[in-house]
Amino acid sequence: MADDALAGWPKRRVRNQRDAVVGALYLAVGSGFACYAADYERGTAARMGAGYFPFWLALILMALGAIVLFRSTAPGMQPVALAPWDLRSLAWMTGAVVFFGLVIKPLGLVAAIVILVVAASLASPTFTWRGTLINAAVLSAVNAVAFGLVLGLPLDLWPVWLG
Amino acid sequence: MDLFDNLALGFATAMSWQSLGYAFLGCFVGTLIGVLPGLGPVATIAMLLPLTYQLDSTSALIMLASIYYGAQYGGSTTAILLKLPGESSSAVTVIDGHAMALQGRAGPALSAAAIGSLIAGSFGVLLVACLAVPLTAVAFSFGPPEYFSLMLLGLVGSIALSSDAIDKSLGLMVIGVLLSLVGTDVNSGAVRFSGDVFALRDGIEFTALAMGIFGIAEIAVNLEQQRRGDTGAGTIARVGRMLPTREDARRMMPAIARGTAIGSVLGILPGAGVTIASFAAYTAEKKLSRYSYELGTGAIEGVAGPESANNAAAQTNFISLLTLGIPGSAVMALMLGAMVIQNIQPGPQVITSHPQVFWGLIVSMWIGNLMLVVLNLPLIGVWIRLLSIPYRFLFPAILVFCAVGAYTVRASVFDIYLLAAFGVVGYGLIKLSVSPVPLLLGFVLGPMIESSFRRAMMVSRGDYSVFFTRPLSAALLAGAAVLILAAVGSTWGKQRQIVLAEQG
Repeated sequence: MADDALAGWPKRRVRNQRDAVVGALYLAVGSGFACYAADYERGTAARMGAGYFPFWLALILMALGAIVLFRSTAPGMQPVALAPWDLRSLAWMTGAVVFFGLVIKPLGLVAAIVILVVAASLASPTFTWRGTLINAAVLSAVNAVAFGLVLGLPLDLWPVWLG
Repeated sequence: MDLFDNLALGFATAMSWQSLGYAFLGCFVGTLIGVLPGLGPVATIAMLLPLTYQLDSTSALIMLASIYYGAQYGGSTTAILLKLPGESSSAVTVIDGHAMALQGRAGPALSAAAIGSLIAGSFGVLLVACLAVPLTAVAFSFGPPEYFSLMLLGLVGSIALSSDAIDKSLGLMVIGVLLSLVGTDVNSGAVRFSGDVFALRDGIEFTALAMGIFGIAEIAVNLEQQRRGDTGAGTIARVGRMLPTREDARRMMPAIARGTAIGSVLGILPGAGVTIASFAAYTAEKKLSRYSYELGTGAIEGVAGPESANNAAAQTNFISLLTLGIPGSAVMALMLGAMVIQNIQPGPQVITSHPQVFWGLIVSMWIGNLMLVVLNLPLIGVWIRLLSIPYRFLFPAILVFCAVGAYTVRASVFDIYLLAAFGVVGYGLIKLSVSPVPLLLGFVLGPMIESSFRRAMMVSRGDYSVFFTRPLSAALLAGAAVLILAAVGSTWGKQRQIVLAEQG
């Protein structure tokens, strides 16, 4: 540490890994939006086109990203490591939701909910078939009654090809 | 007619069995739907709107207003118990409300929300009745520059309260605004950032975004922790007592009073008054409460203040709709639609052309608030039971409500995929230890900020000084600047301390 203080211009290295990722992401998202917005008509300050507001906003985002990234290397930054990842749960949950989206039109609400509940419950460390099936039955019944019958939303409860 | 004649007319209308019945029904159905995770007032009212088409105009508006309060309270309930804010105005309730629930004090938290809402709501209604007419003048003096500056102040204020570093929160807020611009631009008709996905022409659906970031991401992280054998993840807590202790009551009263005052004032201003009110109230608690050091770890003030503020604002939000015909929020836009369907043209003439509707609605707003407490205090026990359901049953249920909710808002399968995508975003934010709230707020206010910015610049012919030369706008911007400087100062201060500690 004494070296840093003597050097006057302290050595820069990433101390806060989470902030470094955040800053890099802001830079990436900002430049993405900026490039995209550059295609739209900019206009003038008095008569703004569709691109004016988002373009400048994206530049602001890039600037903020640069600041966050810079600060993550600052000498005063508390060293923070990235959180441990385990993408299995996230993959199960998003996968189950996407699958629900795929089957809701062809199979109807009831079957889609049963599939969603079973698929999601498989990710639980305390999974049991009995509890899961009861849960699926209750949830599909509640949702079918609430959304389909009471609110009368335009939903197919059962597979269309059975009706 | 003076105020008492008006209120007498209102009571005569609202105290009929028919009106009371619809107020009760509205509150009950509103809470029931609103308590479903992820379904906030907007989604609830949008879904229940068709139920009121058959009713006469007074009953229809009374029922809709009651549904609104019910849904709002239901949203707070899920925010406290399940850490799922149904809409942005209860996003801040999550912080201390859920912390209280985890400590087994869900009952006092829910009671504080209900009692605070009743007190704030009663005051708000009284204010609407007294000030509806004179206040139009204040609202009239707001031009596009003031709207823009006000929303900026609201956003900055809500960010300054978070413990995150200011540059990170600001960046996330900007991303929220950018995401809100996806879809067709109302001014030019150009389709922006849709990537040629047809469903994105209508923009990103708020429900899918909010439920993905808060619901799906939370489930993924909880399961991950469970698998690692970390038991702290479960939402199951000791139920504890239902009603607040004397100590709780003593502590929440000042917070309720502050929240009521803040909410009443901010709600009058069209725009995202309700959301800004709850955030401003939280900031106020942080600065003014004697127990501010407890905020964030389950302080009752952190529930009572924002919940009072958002309910007071929910009442005074009606002022701009009833007197100017300008919907101040998405909910008010739905109310406007309902009035038009009932053949009432909202605007200054409603008071004179439909006095029984106007004053009947105002009185029933109060009755709706009372009904809410009468209905919900006994039911708190039922809501708390939600906590004792094992997580392996609860998380599929939340997942189902999120998925079905995202789908039913626009009957769009694409919104289900958006839900999954924002689940990934939310997971990333949790892992990077960034609070997602600024993203949500930026997303809600984004379109209004852009349009007021554009209009202000058009009126000033491209001269940026318009924001500083108009006194009201300049004052609002000065407030925002002070908040940013204070936040930058505190971020910097923390860093310097560490440097000094390392060197010393």
